[in-house]
Amino acid sequence: MKKQYFINGNIIDPYNSLNENGGLIIDENGKIEAIGKKVNTNNLPTREKTIDLKGKYIFPGLVDMRVFVGEPGYEYKENFKTLSGAALSGGVTSVVTMPNTDPVIDNVSIVDFLKRRGRDKSKINIFPCAALTRNIEGNNMTEFGLLQSRGIIAFTDGIKTIQNTRLMSRIMNSAYDFGCLIMQHAEDYELAQNGMINSGIIATKLGLAGIPDIAERIIIERDLTLLEKIKCRYHISQLSSQKSIEVIEQRKENLSFSCGVSINNLSLNENDIGDFRTFLKLSPPLRKEEDRVALVQGLRDKTIDVIVSDHKPEDEESKRLTFAQAATGASGIETLLSLSLELYHNQSLKLETIIQALTSNPAKILKINKGNLSIGNDADFCIVDLNKPWIVKKENMVSKSKNTSIEGKKLQGKVTNTFVRGEELFELK
Amino acid sequence: MATKITKAVKISQKHLLGIQDLSINDVHIILNESQKFIKLNQSKNKKLDILRGKTQINLFFEPSTRTQSSFELAGKRLGADVMSINVNNSSIKKGETLIDTAMTLNAMHPDIIVIRHQDSGACNLLSQKVNCTVLNAGDGRREHPTQALLDALTIINRKKKIEGLRIAICGDVLHSRVARSNIYLLNMLGAEVNIIAPTNLMPKEIEKFGVNTFTDMNKGLKDCDIVMMLRLQNERMSNSFLSSNREYYEYYGLTPDKLDHAKPDALIMHPGPMNRGIEIDTKLADDINKSVIKEQVELGVAVRMACLKIFCE
Repeated sequence: MKKQYFINGNIIDPYNSLNENGGLIIDENGKIEAIGKKVNTNNLPTREKTIDLKGKYIFPGLVDMRVFVGEPGYEYKENFKTLSGAALSGGVTSVVTMPNTDPVIDNVSIVDFLKRRGRDKSKINIFPCAALTRNIEGNNMTEFGLLQSRGIIAFTDGIKTIQNTRLMSRIMNSAYDFGCLIMQHAEDYELAQNGMINSGIIATKLGLAGIPDIAERIIIERDLTLLEKIKCRYHISQLSSQKSIEVIEQRKENLSFSCGVSINNLSLNENDIGDFRTFLKLSPPLRKEEDRVALVQGLRDKTIDVIVSDHKPEDEESKRLTFAQAATGASGIETLLSLSLELYHNQSLKLETIIQALTSNPAKILKINKGNLSIGNDADFCIVDLNKPWIVKKENMVSKSKNTSIEGKKLQGKVTNTFVRGEELFELK
Repeated sequence: MATKITKAVKISQKHLLGIQDLSINDVHIILNESQKFIKLNQSKNKKLDILRGKTQINLFFEPSTRTQSSFELAGKRLGADVMSINVNNSSIKKGETLIDTAMTLNAMHPDIIVIRHQDSGACNLLSQKVNCTVLNAGDGRREHPTQALLDALTIINRKKKIEGLRIAICGDVLHSRVARSNIYLLNMLGAEVNIIAPTNLMPKEIEKFGVNTFTDMNKGLKDCDIVMMLRLQNERMSNSFLSSNREYYEYYGLTPDKLDHAKPDALIMHPGPMNRGIEIDTKLADDINKSVIKEQVELGVAVRMACLKIFCE
């Protein structure tokens, strides 16, 4: 690999508190050699070819903590190759994959398969999760120690919640022993039974069973109560309501844990479901505008740590059904950054806050050396035209599944180039 | 009200998916047209040829006696060719999706599809995929527009108006499409609507629809002109919505002493089928001076004839 020189970019690297105009040098091994304002035309060797970014932004490659991939079992929805392409087009260079596959990622032999497939078929960094319980049935714990030693980054039942409190306490004890990270999808099943969207006027109007916001809060409160006794690494995958944030704010004062939010819940509300749009059948559900505003505020005051895409590719056949029968989830990895930038453009959040929640914060929770532009690290980064307008169209989507929650939406800001280990793997045509 | 002559004669919608989509003018058009068919249905020769050459398909995914036969009769009396599909022995049982069923039927060029489905919004989905007109005969717990229209027609024929009446809707409102459609329609026509249900069967934020809510039936019935009872599904007991039939009857069943709180000339309505002794006292249900339940069924045919005619044109 030849050395590469970039100048005149706006660099934002929250991990290194870097926010300045400058350049970037990548060495022959795809590592970052130099970065910042001192990299400019005055001190670069004149014979070398430099790329003038003309004020475009350089962000660390995004770390997306909640991504569903169809391998194994649902390759027709998304495989590692298509996921990799979709991620790169959205500036995402590291993903945490969910274990909700067929078979479920719950034993060592499947992990070996997964690591091999991920390495051979994708060009991004894949960090697989394993299930908390065997076959995601919520009964018996998986082998946290063995699985972690084979390269599992964290444990979660993905779309499912540990309902049994005794089991949860034992999971937390075991996670403490092995020092592993557990991630909870917080929803009390009894309260949410048959629910499809937020409980309230929209559910009443559409005649759909509702999921009350306290279904989320109750699990969070239970888990945090356990966490007072068992100090394991604990992360709440996605918050959706103001009521949950109140609890988080209060408990973060004397407990150590982290939480995330889906870009869907940050950008949309229950009114967007309109006339039974199944692409907006999501878990957790879209809630009221007040909840959305509270989630944005939660990011602003650092109550919420990370933004995730909750990328859940679903084929057309799983969505062309009545709302009750349709699959849950939306494809979103390639629009994660652009949709997040909407919160910058409409002055809800600072750019640094957004990038932090997409890069250094998830990396810190996962304890991985990604999501930063430190000298000597892999040059995983993206170049972004912050103001470029574009429209989300499903026919232009890279992901194998086209179930975007924001079809037709006008966005501002697009990734133009994405690099992994110094190699340019995506260039906007 | 219904006798008022309205200027616009064209309906604003292609499909009848719910009362929510109708304008007040649309409602007047339908109710006025329905009036004409009431007489016809009582006469000896009930057959017209307004819909001759038209094909009507009844697609019922849920069992139904009165709605299905009412639509079938309505179509036949207007001269349409009516076909009813029994879901129990069709390819739907073999796992065909609603959209595929719709596309198959669409290829046969029907003029109208009447659909009843257990999922809310099923008729909306169907209407997006077929070329013909779709009439909703009940979708999940969302809407049952022709029921609300026939209820309104029944009230108008007895009370000569709806505006200013106080109307109670009582029972399992949470799971009721009849209640939702009636709330929209009665509100639109200027009635005051009282919703009576135990909190477990009260939909969230229903008061935002502009209704009064009561958990005490006696209070909710106070000075009502109309008492609309809803059917209680038996499976509600097993899901702990309620403790028992007898307790429900005690507090939410319509009995003579509870009815005393309503106006002396209050009328009793029920969309059927009834659970006698659970939501309604059996004698009250049959009391010809108070109960208009049979009349509802009768006018149901007229309303469906009007809807078929108007939406088919």
